[in-house]
Amino acid sequence: MLIDFFLHLKASKLPVSTREFLTLLEGLRDGVCGQAIDEFYFYARTCLVKDESRYDRFDQAFAVYFKGVTEIPGLDKELPEEWLRAMMKKHLSPEEKAQLEKLGWDKLMDEFRKRLEEQKGRHQGGSKWIGTGGKSPFGNSGYHPEGIRVGGESAGNRTAIKVWEKREYRNLDDSLDLGTRNIKVALRRLRRFAREGAAEELDLDGTIAATARNAGWLDLMMRPERHNAVKVLLFLDVGGSMDDHVKACEELFSACRAEFKHLEHFYFHNCVYESVWRDSRRRHAERIPVHDLIHKYGPDYKLIFVGDATMSPYEILHQHGSIEHMNQEPGADWLRRLLDAWPAATWLNPEPERLWPYRQSIEIINGIMAQRMYPMTLEGLERAMRQLSKKT
Amino acid sequence: MRFEGSRDYVATPDLMLAVNAAIKLQRPLLIKGEPGTGKTMLAEEVAEALGLPLLQWHIKSTTKAQQGLYEYDAVSRLRDSQLGDDRVKDIANYIVKGVLWQAFESENPCVVLIDEIDKADIEFPNDLLRELDRMEFHVYETRKTIQARHRPIVFITSNNEKELPDAFLRRCFFHYIRFPDRDTMQRIVDVHFPDLKKDLLREALEVFFGLRDVPGLKKKPSTSELIDWLKLLVAEDIPPEALRSQDQRAVVPPLAGALLKNEQDLHLFERLVFMARNNR
Repeated sequence: MLIDFFLHLKASKLPVSTREFLTLLEGLRDGVCGQAIDEFYFYARTCLVKDESRYDRFDQAFAVYFKGVTEIPGLDKELPEEWLRAMMKKHLSPEEKAQLEKLGWDKLMDEFRKRLEEQKGRHQGGSKWIGTGGKSPFGNSGYHPEGIRVGGESAGNRTAIKVWEKREYRNLDDSLDLGTRNIKVALRRLRRFAREGAAEELDLDGTIAATARNAGWLDLMMRPERHNAVKVLLFLDVGGSMDDHVKACEELFSACRAEFKHLEHFYFHNCVYESVWRDSRRRHAERIPVHDLIHKYGPDYKLIFVGDATMSPYEILHQHGSIEHMNQEPGADWLRRLLDAWPAATWLNPEPERLWPYRQSIEIINGIMAQRMYPMTLEGLERAMRQLSKKT
Repeated sequence: MRFEGSRDYVATPDLMLAVNAAIKLQRPLLIKGEPGTGKTMLAEEVAEALGLPLLQWHIKSTTKAQQGLYEYDAVSRLRDSQLGDDRVKDIANYIVKGVLWQAFESENPCVVLIDEIDKADIEFPNDLLRELDRMEFHVYETRKTIQARHRPIVFITSNNEKELPDAFLRRCFFHYIRFPDRDTMQRIVDVHFPDLKKDLLREALEVFFGLRDVPGLKKKPSTSELIDWLKLLVAEDIPPEALRSQDQRAVVPPLAGALLKNEQDLHLFERLVFMARNNR
C-alpha cells in the first residue's frame, strides 16, 4: 500500500526519493506516529516534503490517495440537513434528485461529491466553481466561493475537514503567483559568482596561515578579487499603460537590487529615445543622454528592458512620434543602438503572452529585439535568464 | 525521549511530531518559517525540556563548514615554536575543536543548533553531508577519525535566503512553522503574560491580526513583535479602551512602531487609517 502511495506522490510531481521513503518506513516501524491518519499525514510530510512551497501539492496528492480511507468524516453531525438539500437543489438534476432521495445519506454524500468533481472538470480546474480544486467544498475552511460556512472559526469544527484538505499552504505554492521571492529564484540563474582575472588582492588571512604552516618563512598569498560577474542595465517603462503593472515591476526591481552588485536602472516612457532618467520625480529636470550611457558602460553589461511595449506604432517607427516631445530620431533607431552597444539583451513584458499577437507595437519591438521578448511569469523569466546567460 | 512542548513554548501537534520523529530516527530537523515564529527558540526549548546541553553554531556569510569541525591554529604554533615552548611538538595541541566535534565527543547526548544555515555560502550544506549523515569526520592533521559517541539531536534553521541542495534536504526532516492562528497565539501570549488583562489581550489580538491583514505591507508583524508590543502596552499601562477606536472611528493604535518596523509600512498604514476615517 505504501509503495503505491510513494509512486502516487512521484506521479504528482513531488520530488521524493527512495531514501526518504525508506526513512518513512523506518519511522513507521519504530512507532514515530500513532495510528491516526492525521499523525501519519504530519509525519509523511515531515519526511517527504522539504520545501513549504510543495506543501500544497502534497496536500492535494494526499487527499486524492487517501480519499477512500477517510471519506468525509464528521459530516453527519456537522452539516445541517436543510443546507445540504438546498445545495442539492442547486447542483443536481431532478432525476438525480429523485434517485438520491431513495438512497441513504452516505450514498448521497458520495454522489454529491462525485457531482462536485465532475463540475470541477468542466469548469477548468474548478477555479470558479469550487475554488480549492474541489477537495473541500463544505465545512469551515472558508474556501468555498459562495461563502457558505458551516459553524464558526472555532476549533470545535476541526473534525469536519482534514488538515490536508484545508490547503493552508496554497499561497506558498510558487507556480501560482509571481512574488519577489520567485523572481529572485529566477534571477539567480543569471547570477554567477566568478573569480575572474589574475590574482589581485593580498589574502591576509591566507598569508598568515601559509606563513605559519611554512614555519615562519613569509609566504605571500594572493587571491583574485571576488565579485559578481554579472552586470546589468535595467530599463524600466513607467507611466501610461504601464501603471497597471507598476507593482509587478516594483517587485522585479526590488529583487534585482538584492541580486546584483552592478546594477544600473533607468526609466523611460513607452519607448527609449535620446534620453532617459533615474528619478521619476525629477524626470524633466535630470535627463541622461543615452549616448552617455553607451559610452559609459562596457559591452559586458547585460541589458534588460521591462515594459509592456504597448503604444502606437508611430511612437516606435517615426520621428516626432513620441507622445511627450519632438524626437529627432525614431525610437526604433535608439533601440537598435542600445542593442548594438549591449548585445546580451532581453525584454520582459508583463502583458500576458497570448495578447501579444494582437498588439502591433509588441510585434514590432519583438522584431527589433530579435524575438527576445519574454512574459513576466516565473517560466518566462527563466527563459529570459537562460537566454541572457548564453555566451554571445 | 519525547518532547511535549514546554512551559514557555507552545508547540503545535505537527511540530511536536516532527521533533519527536527527528529525535527517534536521529535525523537532523530543518526548520523554516516566517521570521519571529520561534525557530531558534525551538532548539533551546527542546534542550531544556529534555535536560540536555545545547551547543549552538550561528552561521554567518563567512562561515566555513570546516569551522564547525575543527581549526588548526598554525599561528599560535608558530609563536610557540619561536618561544621554544614544548607543546609545539604535538600538533594536537593546536587543533581547536568546533561545535560538531564537541557534540560528537560529549559524554551524554546533546542538542546541536545550526542557526540560519542559509546565510552561509551556497556550498556550505554540501560540505556537511557526511558529517551529519554518518556523524563522523576525519582530522587531517592528526590522522584521526572522530566518531560521535551519541548521535546529537540536530536542529537547523533557515530563513530561505538561499535554496538548499537536494542531497542535503534528503538527509533531513523538514518542518515549516506556519504563522500561529488565533487560538495558538492566545496560548503563546498566555505563556508569556500569565496575568495580562483579558480584555486588553482581546483588543490587542484584534489589532494585531487586523494589521497582518492590511494589504501591501512589506513586513508583516510577527509573534515576537506582538510580544514586544504587549510588553510596551503593559509597561505604559495603556487601558484596553485605547486600542478600541472610540465611536467606531479608525485610529492608529498606540505604540504601533513596535509592530511595524518599516517606515513605508507605517506610512501606508497611517494613510489607510486616514482614508477609513474620511470615508465615514
